[in-house]
Amino acid sequence: MALVEAIGVRKSFGHTEVLKGIDMEVERGEVVCLLGPSGAGKSTFLRCVNHLETIDAGRIWVDGVPVGFRASGGKLYELRERDAAHQRRDVGMVFQRFNLFPHRTALENVMEGPVQVLGRGRAEVRAEALTLLERVGLAEKASAYPGQLSGGQQQRVAIARALAMKPKLMLFDEPTSALDPELVGEVLDVMTSLARDGMTMIVVTHEIGFARSVADRVVFLVDGAVVESGTPSDVLDNPQQPRTRQFLAKVL
Amino acid sequence: MASDTRMNDVREELVVVPLSHPWRWISGAVIVLVIAGLGWSMSEAQIQWEHVPGFFTHPVMLEGLLNTIVLALAAQGGAIVLGVIIALMRLSANPVARWFAVGYIWLFRGLPVLLQILIWFNLALVFQNVSIPGLFSVPTNVVMTAFVAALLGLGLNESAYMAEIVRAGLSSVDEGQTEAAKSIGMTPMTTLRRVVLPQAMRVIIPPTGNNFINMIKGTSMASVIAFLELIHAANNISSRNLEIMETLFAAAAWYLVMVSLASIGQHYLERAYGPR
Repeated sequence: MALVEAIGVRKSFGHTEVLKGIDMEVERGEVVCLLGPSGAGKSTFLRCVNHLETIDAGRIWVDGVPVGFRASGGKLYELRERDAAHQRRDVGMVFQRFNLFPHRTALENVMEGPVQVLGRGRAEVRAEALTLLERVGLAEKASAYPGQLSGGQQQRVAIARALAMKPKLMLFDEPTSALDPELVGEVLDVMTSLARDGMTMIVVTHEIGFARSVADRVVFLVDGAVVESGTPSDVLDNPQQPRTRQFLAKVL
Repeated sequence: MASDTRMNDVREELVVVPLSHPWRWISGAVIVLVIAGLGWSMSEAQIQWEHVPGFFTHPVMLEGLLNTIVLALAAQGGAIVLGVIIALMRLSANPVARWFAVGYIWLFRGLPVLLQILIWFNLALVFQNVSIPGLFSVPTNVVMTAFVAALLGLGLNESAYMAEIVRAGLSSVDEGQTEAAKSIGMTPMTTLRRVVLPQAMRVIIPPTGNNFINMIKGTSMASVIAFLELIHAANNISSRNLEIMETLFAAAAWYLVMVSLASIGQHYLERAYGPR
């Protein structure tokens, strides 16, 4: 079974239907990039996978577990927020605007999840957190506060914070869109190495170059529906749908 | 030519005349004169200054001081706890809780503290017993001492203000912080305790400090129901020796000491939770 399975996912905000029945599968170790014009519902879909948004119809399974529900006796029981929190432990998320905790140092940001959520010992977690910071190239910034770091550095700390929970799946919501152009590369490098290490990733991005070189599969969304999907070379170099061609002509 | 003239100016090293500020000197002198005049009239006043230190440390005054401190701390402490609860109700998804919070704030913020203290103190006139049927029942005039009435009057009024302060603090924290906390699996309680409240404190502490300073002075209203706080203590002393101003000045000195200490505490609290 695929790590992520989504069937007929629908979501409306007020009277606006943002997701109009999305089907998607993501295999273990696969990197999927979601592309498309703004307002296509890419970020909303990503947030539904993490149950930051509740879906109106359809179903999403992560590792065989229905997101936001508990299956029992042939029924699905809606989870209370505490139990939904438990489900999110296995899914890491990186936000466009980093959302680091500004009152804690880089190291404390990374340690927060394992210590407060998993209840593990500080000493052991600290050693792991330092290793993670080293992996994203920020070992020497461990005691810096987010306000003292550049956007690219903050985003790399945010990736380390998500990895500290040892997630099965990583969600990236436009991780480089809020960065100065010269800082985009350092974040994409970390994500590329993460993909090489076999992490399952769903990435909402406008970085076509990243999608081409790292993604196993590209999914193109327009107006809340999947228009086209396939390998990067298929979709990016030989698009079949006029809407895809139109979009690529603008961004390439 | 203009540029030539400027060159010449530099070469000749003209004397620079700084701007003079005559009005600063004049207004400064006026203020000093006014203060000197006030000081002189104080020394001429028909008051026994040498008696003030004695009243400052008079046993009755010290008892009043202790009662004032206990009442202010208890009322403010209770108000903070209640205020957090009411603020959470105000922000809750439950409409009944939201409306209750709105009504609570409307009522306890809307009535004068003095009136609230008097109502609590006279509660025995209309309710003879305080009871929960089947659990307990006690006569109201036993429970409703002057201290309890003052505590309720001051504390409930303050809790309505605290609820608004805490609500503003919680709302000031970016939604992205809560989402980040959720994304690493935090429960709502842990998110509040570890992520939202510490950041809300930056907004909550300054007005809370101001309110506490008001609370210290507000305890004086308990004197109308004969609670032995500083003013009532001063009146007790002067009713025997008729040195009204001397005892009031001694009480005034204690208020200034307490308020100064509270301001210093507020300064350090603000620094502890300040921006990084």
